[in-house]
This record gives sequence, structure tokens and C-alpha cells, in this order.
Amino acid sequence: MPTSRSEELPLRSGADVVKVRQVVRTWAAELGFSLVDQTKLVTGASELARNTLDHGRGGSVRLEMLDDGPRRGLGMMFEDRGPGIADINLALTDGYTTGNGLGLGLSGTRRLMTEFRIDSHPGQGTRVYCARWR
Amino acid sequence: MTPASATRLPELLTKHEGPILDRWVEEQLATIGHKRGLMSDAELREQSREFLALVRQAAQSGGLEVDSASWTSVRDFLGRISTSRAVQGFSPAETAIFVFSLKQPVIEQLRRDGGSAEGLFDEVWRTNLLLDRLGLYTTEVYQKGREQVILRQQEEMLELSTPVVKLWDGVLALPMIGTLDSARTQIVMEALLQRIVETGANVAIIDITGVPTVDTLVAQHLIKTITAARLMGADCIISGIRPQIASTIVHLGVDLSDVVTKATLADAFGLALDRLGLTVGRAVQRR
Amino acid sequence: MERIPILKMGDLLLVSIQVDMHDQLALTLQDDLTDRIAKTGARGVLIDISAVEVVDSFIGRMIANIAGMARILDARTVLVGMQPAVAITLVELGLTLPGVQTALDVERGMALLRRDRRPASTLVEVEPVPLETSDVDADEQE
Repeated sequence: MPTSRSEELPLRSGADVVKVRQVVRTWAAELGFSLVDQTKLVTGASELARNTLDHGRGGSVRLEMLDDGPRRGLGMMFEDRGPGIADINLALTDGYTTGNGLGLGLSGTRRLMTEFRIDSHPGQGTRVYCARWR
Repeated sequence: MTPASATRLPELLTKHEGPILDRWVEEQLATIGHKRGLMSDAELREQSREFLALVRQAAQSGGLEVDSASWTSVRDFLGRISTSRAVQGFSPAETAIFVFSLKQPVIEQLRRDGGSAEGLFDEVWRTNLLLDRLGLYTTEVYQKGREQVILRQQEEMLELSTPVVKLWDGVLALPMIGTLDSARTQIVMEALLQRIVETGANVAIIDITGVPTVDTLVAQHLIKTITAARLMGADCIISGIRPQIASTIVHLGVDLSDVVTKATLADAFGLALDRLGLTVGRAVQRR
Repeated sequence: MERIPILKMGDLLLVSIQVDMHDQLALTLQDDLTDRIAKTGARGVLIDISAVEVVDSFIGRMIANIAGMARILDARTVLVGMQPAVAITLVELGLTLPGVQTALDVERGMALLRRDRRPASTLVEVEPVPLETSDVDADEQE
């Protein structure tokens, strides 16, 4: 029975992104998520981690095991002090891209999660919170 | 937190085990009434005796904190009782009464032992709280047990109602029957994709002849599954679309232009064989 | 430097991704493959992802890029062995892989590439290369 945990991981390099994928995979498996849900969590984490690194100029992610009585879940808070997103609604539309092909992946990532919130302002960095419940 | 020294319960249970046990069994038999035949009197007595012994030990070492480690054996015992009695046919309330009915004999004994009015009141109250918590614990265990049963039954039903069938080397069929809801469709679709990998199927035929209606969510799941199968390298054919479903799909604005459909499972199978470069020929008669 | 090995099998190139790639490794693979296609004149590229548990938009982009560059160099790309969980997640992400054909496994992928092969510019019909033959290219280790 996993105990409640919270851990902060840095996102300053490509290797950090790989590390985040591995930790999310381990935690998701421990929490008893199905294989498909584990994959969704890891893939979403990978997308957001990369955003934090590439667009946010580096930052960190806080992972948290969630416990709501009978339900268990995994929450992730990605944070950076980068330029911020000017128009969040625009960024969340399907197909939105900043010029490198497949875009910020935010709208897609949102579909992989059961909870998803963005808080971002130009010049004030970005915080993306997402979670998946079993 | 009530330290072991502050409660007279262990002392009481040691000194007056016999009479308390007798009174308690009497109480239980009275309340169980018509269900008396489900369990022998001897068994009931033995369970009660064991419970008293465990409670005495736990109270002696760990006070009255029911969640503490000292009370684990009591909780485990109650868990087992709850499950076995449920199997025997007792309702959860009846199992809880197993614990609650202990109040009367214990409190009676406390009163007979005397002491100050205030002391007596505290003791009675502590006993009351303790047995309340233990009684409720049995219902919690029962609940969880039921949930497990329901879950398992759901899984079994799901498996029975949507078998994935191998029609030929490389051709799978998924005959879906009954109303599809979003959750069920999702589970079934994931199972299909898994079987595609396991059997190495090039073609999967999803037959919905036995499905009366389809809503947007289900249609979307179907399309997502077909897209996923394609990414994996397999093709899907949907067969058996009833006219009503066809019109629903058009009305919902679901785009099936990218999906191969056939009126019947037989047609779909024919197409699948075609794709695999196979034909069905008549056997040559030997004289 | 860490690299993903590329096998040459007749006029096909086979890449089997076995590790969780960080971005730099993926970019290196992209470059290496394009390089090899040009150098060897390969007609087909097989990317085996049966051991890959996560495909995000970056990897998806890499695969689409490889297919795009291969096409320009007159080669076709087949992606094989995608795991169900990965497929479901990609669909949910809304990621399509344009210009990429898919097959269940390496064997079928090869069959796909061979079947639709346009004839080489010779007058003689060339016999398909049997599966057992695989030469690891000498200059792969550079």
C-alpha cells in the first residue's frame, strides 16, 4: 500500500525529462493504474516537462500521490519562470503551434488527464497542474 | 487517548468472563431469532469467546485506541467474522449486532461492580464508544467485500458478453451484443487491441448487429479504436450497422468516411480474406 | 557518443528502439538515418518500436520527419510494433503520423515494403533478399 508522497524534480536538461518519465511511471504503477492510464500519465508528463524545458527555459515539477478516501491519484505541478503564455485559450486549441510542427501539445495533453489547469501570464512564468485519478 | 491503566475493561473481562459470555450469547440468540439455524449455537459461543479474549488482550496492551496496532488482531477477527457471516446469510446489521449486543452484559457488570457515579459513567461511556467503533468496523468490511464481488461480477459479465473470436489466421471478430455504454466500450476496445497484438491479426471485424443504439461517445470510442488499430498496423471493419444506427450516426454528425463498413459479418469476412490475398475455393472431389 | 544502431538488410534499413530516448538521442537518430539512406540508397526504412512504452509529440515528430526525409530520398518508412497503450494514447493526444505506414511486426513490415517496391532500374527482376541475411554496415561504428 503506497504511502502518500510528494517529490520535486528539476527540469533543466533532456536527462531530467527522461528522469521525470521514469519516476511518473514508477509511481503510476505503484498506485495501481492500468497500463493504458500509466502510459497516458507518462506521456502527458513528458509533454509538459518538455514544454517547461523548451518554452519555459527550465523549471521544476512537483509530483504528488493523491488520496481521496477510496480513490487514489497522481498529481503533477509543472512550474517555470519563463516568458509565460500570452493567450492560454489560443494555446489550448487543437493544432496550435509555435512553429515547430506539433505545437505545445497542451490541448492533447489535457485530454490525457482528468484534471488540468494552467496559470500563466506574460513575464510571470507558467504553472500547469494536471492529475489523473484511478 | 485512553491509556491501558485508565480503563477497567480488561480487569472486568478477566474477572467476569464466564457470566459476561453467557449473557452475551443469550442476547445474540434473542436478536438473531429466525436466523438461528444459519449457525450452530456452539459456533456462535466459540466466536464470542474468542472475541472477548482478543478484546481483553488488546485493551490490556493498547488502551482503547481501536486503530492502534494492539487492536489489529481484533480488527482482523472482525473482518473474518464479517465475511463468513455474510457468506452464511446474515445481513451486515446482524453482524454489527454481534458487537453491539455485548454492551448490555458489560454495562450491567460494571454497575454491579459499583464505584463512584462519575467513574461508572466514564467507564460506561468508554465502553459504549469502543463497541460502537468495533460494530461499525464490521459494516465497513462488509461494504468493501460487496464492492469486490460486484467488481468481479462486472468483469466476468464483460468477458462473457464480448468475446474476441479468431475467424482465421490474421482475422479477429468482435461481436458486440447489447447496449454499449462509454465505459464498457472503452474496456472492450482496449481488450481488442491487446488481442490484435497477441494473435498478430491483420484485420479486426467489429460486428454491431446485436447493438440496438449507439450514442456519440460510443461512436467516438469506436473511431478511436479503429485509429489506434491502424497505428498498430491492423485494419478494422465495422459490420452489422442497422439502419437506425446509420441514421443516428448521420444525425450526430460523426464522420465515418475514413472507416470501412460492411452490412454483414459475412461480407466483412469476405473482405478480410480478400485483403489477406486468400480466396475460398471448392474442394476437388476425388473419385 | 551514444547512438541507436541502424542495421542494413539488403536495401532496407532497420532501426530497433530499445531505450527511453532523451531528445538529443532522438535528433541524432534522425540525422543518422537520413545520412544512411542517402549513403546506401536504401529503398525502405523499418522503425521497430515494439519495446517503446512512451511516444510523445517529440518522438512523433521525429518519426514523421524521418518519413518525410526518407520520401525525399525515394525511400518508404514503415513503423512496426506499436504497443496498444501507446496507440490509444497517441489517438487521445490527437497525434497522427502523416506519411508513415504501419505494420504489426518487423516481418510484416518487410513484406509491406517489398510488396509495393517499385522495380529497380534494371531489366532483370531481382529476387527479394531472404530474411536471414543481415549485414551490419562497416561504417556504422564511426
